[in-house]
Amino acid sequence: MGVSSRQAQDLRPLPGAEVIGLVSVTKRFPGVVAVDAVSLSVRAGEIHVLLGENGAGKSTIVGMFAGLQEPDDGHLTAGGQRMRLTSPAASIAAGISTVFQHAMLVPTLTVFENLVLGDAWWHRPPRAEVAARVAGLQRDYGLTLPLDAITGELSLGEQQQIEIARALLRNARVLILDEATSMVTPAGAAELGARMRMLADRGLAVIFITHKLSEAFRFGDRITVLKQGRLAGEIAPGRLRTLDEAGAIDEMVRLMFGGGGRAVPVTPRTGQTRGAVRLSATDLATARTDDFAGLESITFEVASGEILGIAGIDGNGQKQLAEALAGQRPLTGGSIRIEGVDATCGLVADRRKAGLRYLTDDRLSEGSIGAFPVYLNTVLKEIGKPPFWRGGLERTSRIRDHARALIREYTVRTPAETTPIGHLSGGNIQKVILGRELSGTARIVVFNKPTYGLDMQNITAFRRRIREIADQGVAVILISTDLDELIELSDRIAVMEGGRLTGTVTNDPSQAEAMRLQIGRLMVAEDGPASVPA
Amino acid sequence: MNAAKATADTGAAGLTTRPERGGAVRNLLMVTMGPIVAALVFSGVILLLLGVNPLTYYGFIVERGLFSSLGLQQTATRMAPLLFLAAGLIVAFRAGIWNLGVDGQFLLGAVAAAAFAPLLVGIWPNWLILTAGFVLAGAVGAAWSVLPALLKAYQGVNEIITTLMMTFLGISFSHVLVKLVFLDPATTVPQTRTLPVEDRLPRLFETNISSGLILGLVAVVAVHLMMTRTAFGLRLRTVGASPLAAAHAGLSVPRLTLAVFGLSAGFAGLAGAVAILGVEGNVRADWNPAFGLMVIPLVFLARLHGIGVIVLIFFYSAILIGSESAARKMGVPQDFTLVLVSNLLIFLALAEYLDHRRRQR
Repeated sequence: MGVSSRQAQDLRPLPGAEVIGLVSVTKRFPGVVAVDAVSLSVRAGEIHVLLGENGAGKSTIVGMFAGLQEPDDGHLTAGGQRMRLTSPAASIAAGISTVFQHAMLVPTLTVFENLVLGDAWWHRPPRAEVAARVAGLQRDYGLTLPLDAITGELSLGEQQQIEIARALLRNARVLILDEATSMVTPAGAAELGARMRMLADRGLAVIFITHKLSEAFRFGDRITVLKQGRLAGEIAPGRLRTLDEAGAIDEMVRLMFGGGGRAVPVTPRTGQTRGAVRLSATDLATARTDDFAGLESITFEVASGEILGIAGIDGNGQKQLAEALAGQRPLTGGSIRIEGVDATCGLVADRRKAGLRYLTDDRLSEGSIGAFPVYLNTVLKEIGKPPFWRGGLERTSRIRDHARALIREYTVRTPAETTPIGHLSGGNIQKVILGRELSGTARIVVFNKPTYGLDMQNITAFRRRIREIADQGVAVILISTDLDELIELSDRIAVMEGGRLTGTVTNDPSQAEAMRLQIGRLMVAEDGPASVPA
Repeated sequence: MNAAKATADTGAAGLTTRPERGGAVRNLLMVTMGPIVAALVFSGVILLLLGVNPLTYYGFIVERGLFSSLGLQQTATRMAPLLFLAAGLIVAFRAGIWNLGVDGQFLLGAVAAAAFAPLLVGIWPNWLILTAGFVLAGAVGAAWSVLPALLKAYQGVNEIITTLMMTFLGISFSHVLVKLVFLDPATTVPQTRTLPVEDRLPRLFETNISSGLILGLVAVVAVHLMMTRTAFGLRLRTVGASPLAAAHAGLSVPRLTLAVFGLSAGFAGLAGAVAILGVEGNVRADWNPAFGLMVIPLVFLARLHGIGVIVLIFFYSAILIGSESAARKMGVPQDFTLVLVSNLLIFLALAEYLDHRRRQR
């Protein structure tokens, strides 16, 4: 798309007309249905908020609009016509510009160079023309665009402005902002909101992706809520105008976390007699990393036979907590006791020896090695130990016997135990991993999103298995982003937000709807920052 | 490097995969034999352009490298250092560590053996000199990898770059050592003292083949068994396949990384020892056969498989020996072997790519 191409203003559709849309679009990834029969209509002059937790399908929808992915079923539309976007270039040509969460600018180039990047290579960038148009943008939208500055030296907020300017220079009709406020200060977010309004007023369709409810209310004209890849509901402009902030947030919480009139989970687990405390964590803290601020003062206990659920929007420290418990992530503070014995300094092998097992949520690249046969994957955490090794030598037939027994017990569907585990489906890989973690004497098991991306039959089987091991006296920590699962299985549910536990509720499935909303409110914790300010 | 890495990844996967029957035959034809034939034909075209009959050239190489008694003995002797280098590379590549600095490690090991062994002739018994020479060369080779190993293990610095840097330094350093420190005062040519022929590794039976060949074969087979049959080997393969999974399984990735560097560079040092103590007897200034760079493609071609490597090194040595004669007799530069091997690699990568595309469909 040339900077000097046609003036798009004349071609803009009337406000309220559909610019682009999705028609019952489905997108599957190995083991996961990321977007499930979603239809969507994005209108000119409207700020359309896509709201949902991580994994709700927002990024996949962005990916399809941006030409990075194509739907498996259903199709995209532009102005009512069926459309295919086979590449990012096709997306740009269709007038769609995407500003991704992480700036897609070349940090070593100047702002001007970044703005003209992607133009035809055979002519010199028309500096004077670009400068004139940029001056216009600066005036109209209050953008700061120092053309000769090195992009990498600018703040993230300024880089975002460059991306918006680039979209405008390309005469975009649709501007997609993916989690655009997660990188900027609250003041920057407000500024961005005002800018989005200006863009919408001039007839652009703006798609604003966020998981923050108050931003959705303040900036949006129309709010679409996604939940586990499906459309959970929409708040149309007419309805949104009649709501105040509290009312709108209530509505959004209901759409995001409510049961939607589904049946109360079967055979809820309550009133278990608590046994002796198996695991106690006191004031756990971990170091800050690039993408997460670290855990802070996490304290809880789990008893024998108890299932402690940990709820929270993905990326609020659940993974860090699981890794800290498993000994994979060093603690910077606090202590862990396993059955009364201090285990704070233990490594993975020590914790495993003490009976603590960790079922990772990353079953493909962390939990298993795709190129290795199933039988080796069943003993990955026992390498070198008897009876599978003697004097450091592998006893292959024993391992294969063990694997065959595990395949039978957990009904793993695999051609043979020698099949590379990467050839199996996600559910079957997860069964192998579950079998591995439960073999031997498991006393405490940390499940991290155990049923994520599995089909209904496997989900049911997994939940039954978790209940069974708790009934046998194992202490279970169940990390999940699926509230139904937590309410179905847990005795207590702790809520995690921003690396802390923001509250613990005792499970009462008879009050499922009220619990969902209560937990949902703790999860979004409107006052606290949900992600790290950069 | 990406192409090489991709080859190795699919290679490692291929080793643990048991392909379906029928598929195996097609696989062999398409991914293994196909590129070899294509490379021979393509190189033949180049030879034709040079005005040489390719059939005569290939026939000459086969005759000199494989079917003449003397050539065959030379071929077998030439294999020894290449086998040690291959052993070191198999350990590293299977563990996902790209030790491309074997040439520097090899040369420093060679210089250490050449500086040390001749001094003790007549003082220590012969077997002790040879053993100590090997141990010293292995240790020196390993020592040259300490810096890249620490940087990789604890700082995550890309070892492709650091080992390559260290190999340039190591090669220059070995030249400096020969010219300034371990210079033989009895000669005018800068070189180390020479280990007398009778004190070198014994010859096999009644031939000229150095017993270094046996040591090299043992090294490759031992490494192959270690990687495939032992707990330690599985740990290394686990780290190589997925450091994330290795950490999850409780393996100490940094410590295993250090071990891999030590073993890999140690073998490179041993390769230096076997070249000096078995064949050369001394190190001349500016000597750098660059064996490591020759062996790397062969190790990939064999998909990191020990037995496959032995077979390929045998044929490669035969080509080397044959082409040395061919260079003298037919005027084809000896470096043409490099053209042959690079063609082979290009066609191999091409076949790999096509195979990958076919699988995706």
